[in-house]
Amino acid sequence: MTTTRERTGGPAIGRATRAREAPVEKKPRRGGQRRRAALAGLAFLLPALLIFGFFAWWPIAQSLVLAFQKTNLIAPAEWVGLRNFEILFSDPLLPRAALNTLWFTVLSLAIGLPVPLLCAVLMSELRRGGTLARVLAYLPVVVPPVVAVLLWKVFFNPGEGGAINALLGLVGLGPFPWLQSPDLAMPSLVVVATWSGAGTAILIYLAALTGVSTELYEAAELDGASVWQRIRSITLPQMRGVILVLLLLQIIGAIQVFTEPYVMTDGGPANATVTVLLMIYRYAFLFGNYGVATALSVLLAIVLVIVSAVYLRLTRSWSTR
Amino acid sequence: MSAPGSAPRSASVRRQRAPRERGILSAFDWKRPRILVGWRTMHLVLFAGLIGFGAVPIVWMVRAAVSRTTDLVQRPLSVIPEPAMWENIPTAWNLLDIGHYLANTLVLVAGSWIVQLVVAATAGFALAVIRPWYGRYVYGAILVTLFVPSTVTLIALYLTVLDLPLLGLNITNTPWAVWLPAGAHAFSILLVKQFFEDIPRDLFEAAQLDGAGWFTIFWRIVLPMSRPILAVVSLLSIMTAWKEFLWPLIVLNDPETQPLAVALPRLAQDTDPAYLIAGLLIATVPPILIFLVFQRSIIRGIGFSGLKG
Repeated sequence: MTTTRERTGGPAIGRATRAREAPVEKKPRRGGQRRRAALAGLAFLLPALLIFGFFAWWPIAQSLVLAFQKTNLIAPAEWVGLRNFEILFSDPLLPRAALNTLWFTVLSLAIGLPVPLLCAVLMSELRRGGTLARVLAYLPVVVPPVVAVLLWKVFFNPGEGGAINALLGLVGLGPFPWLQSPDLAMPSLVVVATWSGAGTAILIYLAALTGVSTELYEAAELDGASVWQRIRSITLPQMRGVILVLLLLQIIGAIQVFTEPYVMTDGGPANATVTVLLMIYRYAFLFGNYGVATALSVLLAIVLVIVSAVYLRLTRSWSTR
Repeated sequence: MSAPGSAPRSASVRRQRAPRERGILSAFDWKRPRILVGWRTMHLVLFAGLIGFGAVPIVWMVRAAVSRTTDLVQRPLSVIPEPAMWENIPTAWNLLDIGHYLANTLVLVAGSWIVQLVVAATAGFALAVIRPWYGRYVYGAILVTLFVPSTVTLIALYLTVLDLPLLGLNITNTPWAVWLPAGAHAFSILLVKQFFEDIPRDLFEAAQLDGAGWFTIFWRIVLPMSRPILAVVSLLSIMTAWKEFLWPLIVLNDPETQPLAVALPRLAQDTDPAYLIAGLLIATVPPILIFLVFQRSIIRGIGFSGLKG
């Protein structure tokens, strides 16, 4: 924040003083001005109002309607009450998809929280090569997800021709069937998702680390605190706000995983990687049952709200301490 | 992202973030042999890990793109192709019709970028500078959409572009189906609005006394002063648009109109791996180049967004 503010600071102040040479009288806003501002504001807000109206607010409202309707785009939509939800809950795939999504989320966080944090702490203490480290960490994020997924699909090739099996073969492990195995498929997807996402987390933690006041470290050091004590008693508590927000964002993002299971495994093998979003996609675009798909979206939204609320409640005592 | 350092430094902080005088470790710590050796080792491990994590897969992709498929299967760990098949790239380009899909991607990215920039700049100006009485309600309604994940409204959004309310238009299979929804990005409005709010209001009042209208103030004063934030919003929107997959997959089912990201998985099914990887490489080069050129602003933008959370 400060950096950009300071960047404009120069010219802004220069022009402001020049402008002040003209006699400036601050008049209270009168009715006419207020109305003119309202009109001008409307003109400038028009693009946003149109775009958000059509593509954000309308679909949100529409979701709540569609969930209780039967829509297949051929016959006119009809109200069906809770029928869509009944269809969903009688689908044996739903508990499977929910568990798979949960498993994916747990695995992603098990790697996605500690590893980027550790990397960021180490990177913040680099005296040389900091930029190189940042670029290396962020490079995978720049690779389009589809490319990352297709590339890793090649790495995960079963048999000895796959790069990962060849690598593990060097230490006498494998070959593993990876994406063809119901047990290994989901962890493989987590590896790819982490590869694509960890860089962002590292950079966010790094930015938060530079915000920790150096005076605190100074004082702790004078009091004889060891490096580990400084990390535990200063760095982590100072960063808890960022850690908590980022963790919540990671949870919300992981619950909505789609590209990896869709492109790499298409939900297989034996439905081991069917996620909630994949089910929504299939209901809508494979079976043309938009009402049920929207009902599942609404359920997903409710789950996300509950998760966020519970999360904020659980972490409240810690974050405001 | 507050600039660290003591008061006398602040003048030099303007161009770039000043180097931190100390972090967790002080200069004194660095002189202690145990810490020096320990942290040096950890940093070496870190760099080895980062190279393996960030560089090796991409280098491998370059190598695989210019290899024979048999070579790829026989020596999967080598980074030197044997023999080097540079002709893979032009072959893949023609075979997979990459030029066509790449052009589609560029059109989609450029349009999404412009729409997002126009929406964010005008809305930010209205909310931060003109400040009409209803502004806070509009801003609230915009911020609400931050809390509704796009995947949740996916189906309803699809049905919307299939039959635009009031207008009755179907914009699927046209670039508009990607361009317009890209503008509904609350976060860039938030960034731009906060930046505009920091511009001294005296400027606008002086300009108004000189007879300038709101549009002149917007075009002549606010926009030229806002290059840093417009750059951050632009870079973030371009990178996001380039990575987009699910939405174009849904609204562009005519292969003619699809971007590279949507076309590649479809083509992957019956393409020789080496050619496919050449295609992957071509799809990756532009965003990597943009990133390397603008890495400073992009990395700053990420820190930005993270702190806003």
